[in-house]
Amino acid sequence: MTGIISDNVGRTSGLIKAASGGGGVWTKIKTLTASADATLDFVDGSDDVTLDSTYPIYLFKFINIHPATDGANFQFQGNASGGSGFNETITSTLFDAWSKEDGSNSSMAYNSNDLAQETVFQRLTDTGGNGNDECCSGYLQLFNPSDTTFVKHFISVANTYYSDDFTVQTFGAGYFNTTSAIDEIQFKFTSGNTDAGKIKLYGLGDS
Amino acid sequence: MSGIIAQNTLDNSGLIKAPAGGGAWNFIKKLTASASGDLSFVDGTSDVVLDSTYKEYLFTFNNIHPATDDVLFSVNFSADTGSNYNVTKTTTYVYTEHGENDAGGAVNYNAGRDLAQSTGVQTLMSDVGADADQSLSGELFLFNPSSTTFVKHFISRNTSGIKNDYNLGTHVAGYANTTSAVDAVQFKMSSGNIDLGDICLYGLTT
Repeated sequence: MTGIISDNVGRTSGLIKAASGGGGVWTKIKTLTASADATLDFVDGSDDVTLDSTYPIYLFKFINIHPATDGANFQFQGNASGGSGFNETITSTLFDAWSKEDGSNSSMAYNSNDLAQETVFQRLTDTGGNGNDECCSGYLQLFNPSDTTFVKHFISVANTYYSDDFTVQTFGAGYFNTTSAIDEIQFKFTSGNTDAGKIKLYGLGDS
Repeated sequence: MSGIIAQNTLDNSGLIKAPAGGGAWNFIKKLTASASGDLSFVDGTSDVVLDSTYKEYLFTFNNIHPATDDVLFSVNFSADTGSNYNVTKTTTYVYTEHGENDAGGAVNYNAGRDLAQSTGVQTLMSDVGADADQSLSGELFLFNPSSTTFVKHFISRNTSGIKNDYNLGTHVAGYANTTSAVDAVQFKMSSGNIDLGDICLYGLTT
């Protein structure tokens, strides 16, 4: 991109017209880079994280998340505003599609690691491998977390290098069954640290 | 939006610098339900852009709350700028369900919700509950609606708290089987109004 007036990007008024519609793009809020971390936390108001009414939709992209422990599952939970602990009540659904590298096994099925009014962590992936080139990537979309009328919906998609040389795609959906605002999200593995990888938080504007 | 130099939108060269790079979602329009019979996006009306400006469009559903319990939330397309929402569609419909009481827990194809060359509405979510804290959220991607060569593909994912306190997730995909441009999209419930909620429209700069 070139241009003499280069600082008008994103402005919607003034002498120079900028991007159509002004806001509404996915705005990057924060990147956390794992380095043998037990948890990766996004807390509204801390460390430049915004997770409030600024955006109606938030998107977490997790990229090349590598577990320290073979066979661990990547997962998340939330904390309500004013609450303590990542232990909100969740009801959810989960299913997988998979295929083995040697072509011997491919199918899809419901994954019983769903939640029914439970306060434990919600899985995003199936069993991840910790070989040097093994990891998982995907996204978690959170709708209107600051709302105080409705439950808080989420959907997720992830692909995992399964520990037995499978690719596994995992689809999740559900809700935090609370009318309190959710302003903190934590990611971690079922066992061991998050050895490497990035989680990026974006907000989608609606004006 | 205002500005003396208005025609540089989406240009990425010249004296005036335009939007950063490509691949950005641009906000177009937000419709907020308030006991609404439907929510319709019509190209050229009320600042809605739904034409060749963008090759991909995204509709987001935020806490869509029905006035009536146990209803279907649906979409349909128009090729005549909203005069008729009756474009022929062929689609697939996969759903997951799981009760707050731990009942169910399944992924299934629902042959009763897909369409085969039908002009009727496409269900995006079924059994939507009208409890005070119940609603649905999700998204629908519409690809190249202005094409006059190809059919118009769409993909939608949604989640909801539904009647009987279940979580329902839906995966809907298909195409509007027309080579006419699709220039209007309508969302509504199978019965009763859309009481509350927002639907936003975005276009992807490529």
